[in-house]
Amino acid sequence: MEKIKLTIDGMAITADRGKTILEAALDNGIYIPHLCHHQDLAPAAVCRVCLVEVEGRGHTISCRTPVEEGLTISTESDHLNKIRRIPVELIFANHDTDCIACTRNNNCQLQRVASYLGLERDSMDRMRMGNIEKPIDTSNPFFDRNPNRCIYCGICIRTCDEIQNINAIDFASRGYKMTVSTFGDNPIADSRCESCGECVVRCPVGALSPKTTMEPSRSVKSVCTYCGVGCGVELGVRGNSVVSVEGDRDNAVNHGSLCVKGRYGFEFINHRERIRKPLIKKNGKFEESTWDEALDLVAKKFREYGKEKVAVFSSAKCSNEDNYVIQKFTRAVLGTNSIDHCARL
Amino acid sequence: MNSSAGKAGKGGKVVKLKINFDEITIKANQDWKELQSAKKPVILVGTATCGRSAGSLETLEALRHEIKLAGIDCEVIEVGCIGLCYAEPIVCITKPSQPVVCYGDINPAKAKDLVDNYIIGDDPVAAYALGTLGDGSINGIPRLVDTDVFKPQVRRVLKRCGSIDPTNLNHYIATDGYKGMNKALGMDSKGMIEEIKKSGLRGRGGAGFPTWKKWQFCNDAPGEQKYLICNADEGDPGAFMNRSLLEGDPHALVEGMIIAGKAIGATKGYIYCRAEYPLALERLDMAIEQAHSHGFMGKDIMGSGFSFDLKIKEGAGAFVCGEETALIASIEGERGMPRPRPPFPAISGLWGKPTIINNVDTLASVSLIFQNSAEWFAEYGSKDSKGTKNFALVGKVKRTGLVEVPLGITIREMIYGIGGGILNDKEFKAVQTGGPSGGCIPASLIDTPVDYDSLAQVGSIMGSGGMVVMDEDNCMVDVARYFLDFTQKESCGKCVPCRLGTKQMLDILDDITQGRGKPEDIDLLEEIGFSVKRGSLCGLGQTAPNPVLSTIRYFRNEYESHIVHKKCESKVCRDLISYSIDQEKCTGCRLCYSACPTNAITGDKKKPHSIIQYECIRCGMCLEKCPPKFNAVQCIPGQIITERS
Repeated sequence: MEKIKLTIDGMAITADRGKTILEAALDNGIYIPHLCHHQDLAPAAVCRVCLVEVEGRGHTISCRTPVEEGLTISTESDHLNKIRRIPVELIFANHDTDCIACTRNNNCQLQRVASYLGLERDSMDRMRMGNIEKPIDTSNPFFDRNPNRCIYCGICIRTCDEIQNINAIDFASRGYKMTVSTFGDNPIADSRCESCGECVVRCPVGALSPKTTMEPSRSVKSVCTYCGVGCGVELGVRGNSVVSVEGDRDNAVNHGSLCVKGRYGFEFINHRERIRKPLIKKNGKFEESTWDEALDLVAKKFREYGKEKVAVFSSAKCSNEDNYVIQKFTRAVLGTNSIDHCARL
Repeated sequence: MNSSAGKAGKGGKVVKLKINFDEITIKANQDWKELQSAKKPVILVGTATCGRSAGSLETLEALRHEIKLAGIDCEVIEVGCIGLCYAEPIVCITKPSQPVVCYGDINPAKAKDLVDNYIIGDDPVAAYALGTLGDGSINGIPRLVDTDVFKPQVRRVLKRCGSIDPTNLNHYIATDGYKGMNKALGMDSKGMIEEIKKSGLRGRGGAGFPTWKKWQFCNDAPGEQKYLICNADEGDPGAFMNRSLLEGDPHALVEGMIIAGKAIGATKGYIYCRAEYPLALERLDMAIEQAHSHGFMGKDIMGSGFSFDLKIKEGAGAFVCGEETALIASIEGERGMPRPRPPFPAISGLWGKPTIINNVDTLASVSLIFQNSAEWFAEYGSKDSKGTKNFALVGKVKRTGLVEVPLGITIREMIYGIGGGILNDKEFKAVQTGGPSGGCIPASLIDTPVDYDSLAQVGSIMGSGGMVVMDEDNCMVDVARYFLDFTQKESCGKCVPCRLGTKQMLDILDDITQGRGKPEDIDLLEEIGFSVKRGSLCGLGQTAPNPVLSTIRYFRNEYESHIVHKKCESKVCRDLISYSIDQEKCTGCRLCYSACPTNAITGDKKKPHSIIQYECIRCGMCLEKCPPKFNAVQCIPGQIITERS
């Protein structure tokens, strides 16, 4: 990849050709305030906060401008602050600012931008307040959509389009009345949304918030048990309980993506009815047993019935390797071809 | 051998056309001459949308009826708009060996008078006449070109509007039509762009970008497929330049598009026209079909090897779709929202291909440049703004209408010359140019030349050519509020400064006009305006604060008076005016008493009445009803505060 040399705030940096000024800055540890940028998505250039000054050209949007050899860029000036503060103040004037009640408190891009730009209560209070009592869509079992916290950056829409290719949501109406809407403005649960939660993890503010997850105290890398794809997950653990699941961005299988089961279906891990030991029916009742006893029993029964009376049914929750082994076992050891798999049905 | 194809511009190679344009011209000229030297009277009736709304179809009907009754052989032709809105419906009558006489305000009754007196008789009815056109004169009727309305005008783009039958291709060809295309087909791109460069033509849609430069970008952009789009999505309130041209002379645009297509190497063109212009769409459809049937469009035009096709795309009524990239998104079937630039459409536009978007007037001017010459075009205009420009002159002037003036004319000449001064001889206060994206220019700058740079210097823009004149009765805060209300509703909502900034500014202006303004609001408006202008994604947001910023710049005192004194000096903002009854003048006639919708007027019969201020909703009914001979009710700026007892 061809390297481009440029200067940001007096520091000489290099960036790959094709990168934007914002990406180059962030890659080099230089923060430029931004709201609608997301590393996985094409730039939208709608928040107008990521302005920088390019020498000889005036101010420009850094998330959309590609790096060029020899550019001299500054990320801070009175002129820039004069332009970019107002949009942020205006967002606050139309934002539910009860941050304590918000799931993204302390992890919020809007808070970060506001604090970077030095916004104060006074400067926001001079604005006329907008309507922040719009109805919240709680129809989805896994996450809520709160339009009063939405900053209309469109990251959720772009995620649904570019990453999931579902297009369950889009902008509707114009101007100030614009909303993020499902088709026909139905509740999200009645839309074609697959509840994958990709938009929820990318929402820079608390407009999309998960219902069931909690802030973890540590995280543990693991592999999702739901299917044979084997997505990498980072389990958020609190005490000895899993309280959240995130996709592992470093995992080559899923690059951070997850489906609705992998992301939100973790309650079974700590469920009190979860079967933790093999059960054997004795005198009409299931009783806890050991693996040795259980496997012995199964082996005994296999011999008893013989190959004519045994069939094996395998599961998509197993990995490909497990499935291979079970079919080999069925054919070579049990001596029958009566093997099938749930994914074939 | 084609004569004009040989005159290709510098650097152009000569292409011999297989179809002989001269033959087509001869035929068209015959038709046209027959009409000009007809032995029978010819009546032209302006039936563009503007004429129709003034009742020209009824006039047309009446004329036809009267002629039939009288049994006279007479040609009646429907034409486009001549631009004299104040005098619609307009009828022009030509009698053999007489000049054309143009009549204004012709209702069916007057139409009968004209038939009786001038068609049957010989009295040209000077009382109804606006003026004569062409050679010769008639006693008692001025030549139209000598009248105040026409004298400062140079009608070039609009020259055919109102004088040819827009549905008759021969009329267009006989008046130099398609001569430009014929010439262009013999030239190459380089020569054509050079010609436009020499003419100094700048985009007529608003920003005034040099047309040749835009074409050059597109021409240089790599790619087999390129597109040409005509922006006919005229959305400014009060603007109708494009509509008049499309209705009155649709071929001017079609020809311009063929020429532009040839210059940039586009084989396909789109006309993005708003669906609210049904007649214009009908005329365009017809013009495209006629061009096809004459071999001016389609595959291998006139045997030149160049192919070009046009498609009409109807806009669905969003103002923002006048913005280039939103317009492109709309044609592609996407939501009409602008896209960030770069890349510019000239590099990557419609379907990701190099695309040029030009305004109707720009493309009609292109036809003119090629029909005549670059030098001819640049005869008029100022240093950096060449040629003529159409304006919709509306508002508080005596003569509203569609005018075409050389760039560089002063605002004074337009308002007091062409417009005939302010309605009811009131005091001129300001003029808004460029529609909701433009600014208000105050009376003190009345001698500002109308060109791209001078208007920008005083805080406004040329825009597509709207010119709204305002007098002393206009409240400038209310005017700013009106335009912001428009842009706020039309903002697409995509970028933050425009979506929230225009709404915030509107909220503040609402507060100011309703008496809730705070002293710091003026600074706040300026601060938000600055950020919205600099920060917005597209032209809509970047210009939306102009009406507010320019009115603050020139009429700050009005803002202060609204905020500090709670007074609207122009008596427009209802919450900042009061009505009172002069006890000396009131006779107690009770007219106001019975008209008042809120029973706010008290007083006994034949005794002076008075208004209970806290019941009054300031509707003005009492003022309207009070007989002028008493003149007892007054409207005064400011609030009269009385407490409810």
